[in-house]
Amino acid sequence: MSHHYLLPDISQPGKIGCSLPDLDVPPAELPPKDLLRQQLELPEISEVGLMRYFTALSKLNYGVDTGFYPLGSCTMKYNPKWHEDIARLPGFASIHPHQSEESAQGALQLMFELQQYLAEITGMSATSLVPMAGAQGEFAGLLMVKAYHRDRRDKARKKILLTDSSHGTNPASAVMCGFEIGTVASDSEGNVAMKSLESAMNEEVAALTLTMPTTLGLFDPQMLEISRLVHERGGLLGADGANLNAFLGRVKFGELGYDYVQLNLHKTFSTPHGGGGPGSGPVCVKEDLAGFLPSPSVTKSGAKYKLVSTPKSIGRIANFYGNFGVMCKAYAYIRSLGAAGLKEISEDAVLNANYLKEKLKPYYHLPYDRTCMHEVVFSGRRQKAKGIHTVDIAKRLLDYGLHPPTVYFPLIVDEALMIEPTETESKRTLDAFVEAMKEIARDVEANPEILHTAPHNTPIRRLDDVRAARNPDLRWQMRS
Amino acid sequence: MPSPYLPNTDADRSAMLGEIGVGSIEELFQDIPERLRHAQFNLPSPLSELELKKELSRLASLNASLDNYACFLGAGSYRHFIPATVEHVIGRSELYTAYTPYQAEVSQGTLQGTYEYQSLICQLTAMEASNAGMYDGSTAAAEAAIMACLITKRDRVTVSTTVNPTYREVISAYVKARDHSTETVELGSRLPADCACLVVQQPNFFGHLEEMEIQVRKAHDIGALFVAIVDPISLGMFKPPGQYGADIAVADGQALGNPMSFGGPGLGIFTCRQKYLRQMPGRIVGKTVDAEGKPGYVMTLVTREQYIRRERATSNICTSEALMALAAAVYLATLGKSGLRQVANLCYHKAHYAAQKISRLKGYSLVFPEPFFKEFAISCPVAPSGINQVLSEERIIGGLDISHIIDNSMLLCVTEMNTRQEIDRLVEILGGS
Repeated sequence: MSHHYLLPDISQPGKIGCSLPDLDVPPAELPPKDLLRQQLELPEISEVGLMRYFTALSKLNYGVDTGFYPLGSCTMKYNPKWHEDIARLPGFASIHPHQSEESAQGALQLMFELQQYLAEITGMSATSLVPMAGAQGEFAGLLMVKAYHRDRRDKARKKILLTDSSHGTNPASAVMCGFEIGTVASDSEGNVAMKSLESAMNEEVAALTLTMPTTLGLFDPQMLEISRLVHERGGLLGADGANLNAFLGRVKFGELGYDYVQLNLHKTFSTPHGGGGPGSGPVCVKEDLAGFLPSPSVTKSGAKYKLVSTPKSIGRIANFYGNFGVMCKAYAYIRSLGAAGLKEISEDAVLNANYLKEKLKPYYHLPYDRTCMHEVVFSGRRQKAKGIHTVDIAKRLLDYGLHPPTVYFPLIVDEALMIEPTETESKRTLDAFVEAMKEIARDVEANPEILHTAPHNTPIRRLDDVRAARNPDLRWQMRS
Repeated sequence: MPSPYLPNTDADRSAMLGEIGVGSIEELFQDIPERLRHAQFNLPSPLSELELKKELSRLASLNASLDNYACFLGAGSYRHFIPATVEHVIGRSELYTAYTPYQAEVSQGTLQGTYEYQSLICQLTAMEASNAGMYDGSTAAAEAAIMACLITKRDRVTVSTTVNPTYREVISAYVKARDHSTETVELGSRLPADCACLVVQQPNFFGHLEEMEIQVRKAHDIGALFVAIVDPISLGMFKPPGQYGADIAVADGQALGNPMSFGGPGLGIFTCRQKYLRQMPGRIVGKTVDAEGKPGYVMTLVTREQYIRRERATSNICTSEALMALAAAVYLATLGKSGLRQVANLCYHKAHYAAQKISRLKGYSLVFPEPFFKEFAISCPVAPSGINQVLSEERIIGGLDISHIIDNSMLLCVTEMNTRQEIDRLVEILGGS
């Protein structure tokens, strides 16, 4: 099924999709005409027409409720349904951010406790819930790093070190904070190359950002050594917490030596991704950085919860207090699991990833053949030698009704296929995925054409990205 | 109790461990030093769905839900009517449980929905290009200021004193992060000749409508860009930024079909002139064709983005507010041409009705002259905090106390949600206090 029309095509003069009240006060005088709008062309569609249109659109989409979604680094786990209802309770959804603190004590209590839970889960001292997504959490973390060194009058630290396997947001966030970038290499085992870190880690380095487990899905056994080296040379250690799912209920970033970590509630804490947000990217910090947290955060004084700002705060980075609706769902998740429930999550997540690693290893090149954590990275280089690229494998998976893994990331793996099954998938689902991947590997030899032209069974065939970028068509226009 | 979210059985787990060739799950964690992999967690004991729903409903009931109050608060978060269509569309799990649409062939719902969003926002603002949305209005404004610096190759940002104070703080945090500078300027005064942009809010923080054409000319005369922060609902009645010459126009899109939710998630609307398209931050969706020539949609101009361009990206933004953007699209399509005009008209006339009545009360006056849209500042005979206390006992949430900016003043907001009765009651209580 494909979908060839757009809203203007179903617009009919005089139609509307809801009813509105009439004016119940005497009309006021209108402002000067030069302030007023003349033309406003928006579609006019009845409620039924509108619902049919958007329902048809939804059927063209694949979500976690549709099936397996093993996007590495994205932690596409199942989103419990009742958490959605919680965020929509009128006492949470219909409250104004400027209403008095006395009239929002329930919301502030939820935020205060969530701050504490996240600090506990990560082994940190304090949490800011303000950042609205992971990248903004990184931004906040790095601004705190900058403020921390400035506060100590250490002005030479202008550089952030990143590993060669880091997420694209890491360097982009560093540049937004006015830092230069230094890169640390990975060794043949997928760990930090200590020699590379040793030579890069000097008095110009403000912090090392190190995703753990790494974006190769591996735990670096040199973790404590890395932390010692960074701190000895006056730097801070920050975690991109995208891979926290492997640590839940088991490992604390604080105990690994991290000074701060940025989380993604829309990954680890099962809030739905929404097709690209809303997210929530809290940042948890050790005591030394707590004074620099973004404003505001929630404190408790006596029995009352209050919004406060710390004197050295990096200030406001959002219009209000962060994505409260998302926080409600993450709070429900933590409270429904407790410490033991969280541990079960990381266990099944790691078990599922290692199972896929073993089952797929005979068919795809495994560049780092060792026990993985919550995700595993394969390389499509064997298939590439036969003229089939990772993109073809990904597109062919769509024909099996499966969402492909993350592809071409991390950049240090040729033709990367980064698979993160999460704990919410059963062995049965994993086996079906393995079968599909095996058939695809066979087709690389026997029937490569079917891969080159995949997908075949989707609502639409492979799309022309080059054309889209060359002649941008980014909107329709309606004129009266 | 077994977890409802873990589908593996113990038999599955044993079989899988057997395939992996280890005796226990513990062995899979062996790369982590022994003493680091048994951390203790002090968290509350787990509760079942039933128990926790009850507990969370209790927490929710400690908040004054505005469903049960008359509300006259605005200042960046707005109570507007949300048609049922919005919730039903974004509640479809094919849409809300999807990831960012990297695999376009199975994401046409999200992608086409975003194309609709971009189109509707361009229609609304009369701007030439829209991205797929940012976090909120304040960060959209901050990214606009940075984009202006990149385009003009200047590093000085000027912001009108009448811009929402929190927006000014956020702009400042983002601009200073890059080691650029910001300053606030009175709109009557001269601009520094080397500034990258002038940021003006319309209507301004106090609800007053600025003379935008004059400000646009002033910015353009010195080679600076003009950044407008607008109220999207006001555009149902007032001149859109594309018509008075804004180079970049941003807004908070919460008012378009999203609940207030204690301030988030919101939606950052971000638009610009076509010629600046390639400097724009955030996702952009474009129309193209598939291998059979059928129309379809993809994320495009991705070489601006962090996952391709890394440190040379126009922004670090990745996950944003896609579902809120979809809500805004459904909202605008539901109201359509006449509906949005009607909502704007209701806001305007009700706000003016309230303002006239209040300004006739002894000791009260409007702080700024007309014109205004749905918000206005009033000067009160006594401290607004005390007035709000009295109002709250009458189940009315009063305006924002802005006494720290203007003595004994309060910023009121009236929307289509406020009935004449509510307004009359507000006036009555103000008159009696």
